[in-house]
Amino acid sequence: MARVVVDVMLKPEILDPQGQAIANALPTLGFSAITAVRQGKRFEVEIDGELTEDVLAEVTRAAGTLLSNPVIEDFTVHAGDGEPGGRRPAGEPAGEERATVEAQEKAETAAEPSA
Amino acid sequence: MTARIGVVTFPGSLDDRDAVRAVTLAGAEAVSLWHAEPDLRGVDAVILPGGFSYGDYLRCGAIARFAPVMGSIVKAATDDGLPVLGICNGFQILCESHLLPGALTRNQHLHFRNRDQALRIESNDTAWTSAYEKDQEILVPVKNGEGCYVADERTLDELDSTGRVIARYVGGNPNGSLRDIAGITNAAGNVVGLMPHPEHAVEELTGPSVDGLGFFTSVLQKLVTK
Repeated sequence: MARVVVDVMLKPEILDPQGQAIANALPTLGFSAITAVRQGKRFEVEIDGELTEDVLAEVTRAAGTLLSNPVIEDFTVHAGDGEPGGRRPAGEPAGEERATVEAQEKAETAAEPSA
Repeated sequence: MTARIGVVTFPGSLDDRDAVRAVTLAGAEAVSLWHAEPDLRGVDAVILPGGFSYGDYLRCGAIARFAPVMGSIVKAATDDGLPVLGICNGFQILCESHLLPGALTRNQHLHFRNRDQALRIESNDTAWTSAYEKDQEILVPVKNGEGCYVADERTLDELDSTGRVIARYVGGNPNGSLRDIAGITNAAGNVVGLMPHPEHAVEELTGPSVDGLGFFTSVLQKLVTK
């Protein structure tokens, strides 16, 4: 089983009032470094069997047909666990990499002063 | 024989009963259509009612667009000029179906708006607005969370220059819609999308006016004189 990640974002010229509301709320929580937020959607698509070019093309068609509205949104399709730029290099197990990222996040959270 | 006007019910439709009532009050025969049935039952026109089809999941109207009934409606609207009116969620479905340009997005102020709204009818050259005078102001309820109409500048200019903005908000824009657009039509004038709710303004007892009735009598007039 393989996984494909589709990220959908509003086109840059489309106003994102939800992102703005989030951006406006952040300074009140002490996150003063963040100046702007745009909110998007992430779809994790499970594939039965091997991830071939054909399957990837099919997911891309699904992304342009249903997952996004091309009038207001752009999308990117990437294989694997969401690393942009395509497939994970051979010999790099997904589990370990994810664990590393989680550990980093945990460390950062711990370092954060409690607001 | 009177005209038969279909009203589609999707899972999550809310205003299908009110649309049926409006059609009946206008003097036509209302025919209930079901989202899962591609058969249009020989209707002369179709209304896509307001509500929250498929729970508004993904994007408003995005899933309803692929319902079996929509395949038949898109084909009949494109090939045979079937008159189609999309109200609120129905307008969103028409944009997702690409029968109308642009898209409806979250209200700019993020609040759900529910109030009586003045509109100016700017084109009476469509299947659904011929009963109005050009520039007539009407009062109908508006109630939406994602009613902010957006399209690129080129599309907006084209809509304006070809008289395809059929209604604009006056006395305040309830959702941030670009150029105060409340409703538009396709190039042929048979497909109309409108964010406010004319079907809630057809009886003195329950509506702020009976101004909404004109949408339903317009199509009836067109079908009878066809």
